[in-house]
Amino acid sequence: MYVAVKGGERAIENAHRLLAHARRGDQNVPELTLDQISEQLGLAVDRVMSEGSLYDRELAALAIKQARGDLIEAIFLVRAFRATLPRFGASEPVDTGTMRVQRRVSSTFKDIPGGQILGPTFDYTHRLLDPTLAEGSAPEAPAMAEASTAPTPRVTDILGRDGLIESSPQAEDGASVGDLTREPLNFPADRDLRLQNLARGDEGFLLAMGYSTQRGYGRNHPFAGEIRFGEVEVEVFAEDVGFAVPLGSIALTECQMVNQFKGSATEAPCFTRGYGLAFGQSERKTMSMALVDRALRARELGEEAAAPAQDEEFVMSHSDNVQATGFVEHLKLPHYVDFQSELGLLRKLRQEFADAHAPDAMKEAAE
Amino acid sequence: MTENNNQQAQRKAAMAVLAHAEADEIAARLRTIALPGHQDLRAPENGLVMLRGRVGGDGAPFNLGEATVSRAAVRLASGEVGFGYTLGRDGEKARLIALCDALVQSRDFGAAVERDVIAPLREQLMVRRKQAAAETAATKVDFYTMVRGEG
Repeated sequence: MYVAVKGGERAIENAHRLLAHARRGDQNVPELTLDQISEQLGLAVDRVMSEGSLYDRELAALAIKQARGDLIEAIFLVRAFRATLPRFGASEPVDTGTMRVQRRVSSTFKDIPGGQILGPTFDYTHRLLDPTLAEGSAPEAPAMAEASTAPTPRVTDILGRDGLIESSPQAEDGASVGDLTREPLNFPADRDLRLQNLARGDEGFLLAMGYSTQRGYGRNHPFAGEIRFGEVEVEVFAEDVGFAVPLGSIALTECQMVNQFKGSATEAPCFTRGYGLAFGQSERKTMSMALVDRALRARELGEEAAAPAQDEEFVMSHSDNVQATGFVEHLKLPHYVDFQSELGLLRKLRQEFADAHAPDAMKEAAE
Repeated sequence: MTENNNQQAQRKAAMAVLAHAEADEIAARLRTIALPGHQDLRAPENGLVMLRGRVGGDGAPFNLGEATVSRAAVRLASGEVGFGYTLGRDGEKARLIALCDALVQSRDFGAAVERDVIAPLREQLMVRRKQAAAETAATKVDFYTMVRGEG
């Protein structure tokens, strides 16, 4: 147990001063601006927005700067900030089908309506360090081509037309949308709460959980049906205005995993789905999320649920890196009183052990 | 009723353009109009909106995460009340959007604000989107499957 301690105010103050100095580093090197972080470390900003669960590029960039690039610390800062603002309401659900797509690939069909669009990707790079970046570089202007006006339907919509894939569960009339920032988590949790939990969950944790399903711990034979990244418009119904008001657009990544079939005596077999959605360009995150979302549906689909990734209480209770780091890192704080009582108990046990194992001769002599 | 719906569609279309513009761009455009008297009905205020997605993209809604939002309301001397909402924490931008929304509803200023503020900003937004779409289109790929050789 952590017990509050007094004292050390001066040392703490000086430690924070030293931290500010260390954060700045060599003052002959130009200081980072938030624009530089937002523009040039954009994927770090995307991750902090996703797991901080707050879409605001500038705040995420500030958090990264303040946290010296420690992204979990930055996520913690963003989560703490959101508690300072009132909530105006909830948006209309965004429509990823109308996304202004900047990247869209399918590993299941090579010819999809609207085409496969690579966009800005690390895929097919050789992963060789590029020394020219160390010098500073002005990249070539992007190539241009005539843009098609053809719609880009979701691959799952195309499969759905032939009934080859299950349809998405629809909301029941008047059903409220679960919000784990408002109500404590109870198990079993519905899909809406699970997806909210995964959307703000730690990328590394979800990656490991998703990977474990591929290695056989809850195998579900996934294909990346579609991954898309781009901008979607956001609207919120405003009581005072009387209609759904446009707020601007946000960047999102969506992953539709297509998984092994289900079927029954009354239903023809069809592919099942796992879903991933996150702020910014977060491909690894959404792919992992979709794998874990599918794994967590084991019970609903009548599968044996024996692997860690299929255990919703295990996954949902350990996915949040702010909670996790809070509990792990609190071990650094003074536990002196607790430790004193442990020490007392250990000394007593050792004395008893010593007494029990003392040579018989000594025991006799003592008697 | 139809007139109401028309005006609502017009206000919404204007907001959709303004939300994508920067505060100083809107302010610069507004300076070309001789503005009527107006006052803040609600001073700019920052808050959060919970953003929602849908299960599978088309299913039941779920809470994805929040976004910062700024909002304001402005009343013209002639009585029209405008509202401004935008992603981010730029209260001045919310106020300018609210002012534009009030002007859009005004008999005397509706045409001018559309012509001198909304239309040019819409044009600018379309140019930006077209550029991005052309850059994206250049990365469109045709994968073809190699036929597996026998033996």
